[in-house]
Amino acid sequence: MKLKQISEYIWEIPKQGDMNVPAIVYSSPSLLESMRKDLTLEQTKNMACLPGIQRAAYAMPDAHQGYGFPIGGVAAFDMENGVISPGGVGYDINCGVRLLRTEFFEKDIKKHKKALLDEMFARVPKGVGVGGSIHLSSKEIKQVCTKGAQWAVEKGFGREEDLERTEEGGCLKPASPENLSPRAMSRGSGQLGSLGSGNHFLEIQKVVTIYDRETSEAFGIHSEGQILVMIHCGSRGLGHQVASDYIRLMENEIGTRGLPDRQLINAPLKSKLGRKYFESMNTAVNFAFANRQMIAHLVREAFQTITGTSEGMEQVYDVCHNVAKFENHKINGREAKLCVHRKGATRSFGPGHSEIPEAYRDVGQPVFIPGSMGTSSYVLAGTQKSEQLSFSSTAHGAGRVMSRRQALRSFRGEEIKRELETKGVDLRAKGWRCVAEEASQVYKDVDEVVKISDSLGIGKLVVKADPIAVIKG
Amino acid sequence: MNVKYKFLNHTADAKFQAYGNSVEEAFRNAAEATANLMWSTKKVKPRIKRKVSITGKDREQLLVKFLEEILFLLDTDDFLLCSVKELSIKKEKADYALEAWFLGDRISDESEIFGSVKAVTYSEMIIEGNDHYLIQVVVDV
Repeated sequence: MKLKQISEYIWEIPKQGDMNVPAIVYSSPSLLESMRKDLTLEQTKNMACLPGIQRAAYAMPDAHQGYGFPIGGVAAFDMENGVISPGGVGYDINCGVRLLRTEFFEKDIKKHKKALLDEMFARVPKGVGVGGSIHLSSKEIKQVCTKGAQWAVEKGFGREEDLERTEEGGCLKPASPENLSPRAMSRGSGQLGSLGSGNHFLEIQKVVTIYDRETSEAFGIHSEGQILVMIHCGSRGLGHQVASDYIRLMENEIGTRGLPDRQLINAPLKSKLGRKYFESMNTAVNFAFANRQMIAHLVREAFQTITGTSEGMEQVYDVCHNVAKFENHKINGREAKLCVHRKGATRSFGPGHSEIPEAYRDVGQPVFIPGSMGTSSYVLAGTQKSEQLSFSSTAHGAGRVMSRRQALRSFRGEEIKRELETKGVDLRAKGWRCVAEEASQVYKDVDEVVKISDSLGIGKLVVKADPIAVIKG
Repeated sequence: MNVKYKFLNHTADAKFQAYGNSVEEAFRNAAEATANLMWSTKKVKPRIKRKVSITGKDREQLLVKFLEEILFLLDTDDFLLCSVKELSIKKEKADYALEAWFLGDRISDESEIFGSVKAVTYSEMIIEGNDHYLIQVVVDV
């Protein structure tokens, strides 16, 4: 595909054919090379064909092939002619990242590390099937889906302050659980408070570099060697079923004719079905917030049991990276309400934005970009510049470059574990195969991804943290 | 023996092709392929069975709903598929209807689960053939 280079890290697919707007790809020559190997660019172009899309279709630096939208795709639609697309959000609705800081240092944790890892592994359910932390009645699941993280805090899983430090306060409105299918409810009823499988993880990290001390201190991250805990998971079977249900409802009601890709099925924002999807998606968003809230609580309990205290284990923030939301953005100099889809992209509101918790309002919202297993993760801060460049969005992770199949042929789980141990990283996983599939070599270079984000100014580098202990689902 | 299914490379997700001398056989093999992304169907004993009855407005939707049934039974009933029996597909007016039995077992401490499938997608989906059927599916993992 022909791309026009605009500047060092900005490439354009000019408006052509059925595209309503151009497509903009934020990448470096080396990352672009891997995007060219699959359908990433085609899928970015397809986003630009959807009705009511504003300004441009965007691909973040970590973008890779998805279905419908690429993973790492951002698109905003106007309320009058625009659409909402389940394929633009993804199956794992509100997959996201929560970061806890601690007042422990690496030296304090060293002697407890193995015991902590075992304790967390025992407490936090993972893997597939029913096996969540609690089993919910259908009445309870509706409450979870309406209240989100608030429900968990009310039940004693966590603290009131956690909610202030969660995107949207841990609850998206309006959420209408009465629109959930019985299938979605039953898939969710046994899975709350569980990590799941695949690329989801729970990680103890140590701060290795602070790039911007003023901002990091505002986030409560003050020293090299400080211990952090990162939680990456989503809405489990409930969210997957909501996506599948609404793809089907839209197919049956609207039809698939004329779509460049059936996974791009969508409904007008003004339609009843579009509204219903939005409100059902919100229930899954809330389920995921509650899920991460409960896991954070289990992590604190594990620290309490092993070290004798969980004091100072404050939440830095919780971000969602698979979601569609109504936000105000400037279009042709005028403020407009848009439906912003972020599929594998993180919101990146800059300093001064009213949606950011007061404690962070001077520095921008925290953004978390987890690396792959055994590699660094990053804390960034949202910027005002991202407003114009990407509807206030940046990357969400490293992005795969190698298929799981190829990974299985290339790596062995046991060897990866040993290799990580020599680097000082302990690993606990449910099986070896998942470890091989998630080997760090199958991902793009996360360092390059955050470098581009920082250079472009869509997310500013604040902290780099390295893993010391990893739990894989 | 003929190849029932084959896994193909896909950057972020999992892709497979399933084959059959009839569309029913290809559907059965697609179910086996999906299950074998998560556990080995050979290691699951056919201890319990579950009836599957679904409809779809076209064959693609029918296939998505059929394979999704494996994920649904796993998430809600800890059910591991071993094999699919008595699968029939009928065209009824505008819709397709599928009936089948899933044979399998419940997850136990001995079950070895090595992967998860989040959802069945339409991405790169193929259902084609007359005498020999080919099905291609990408699942979100």
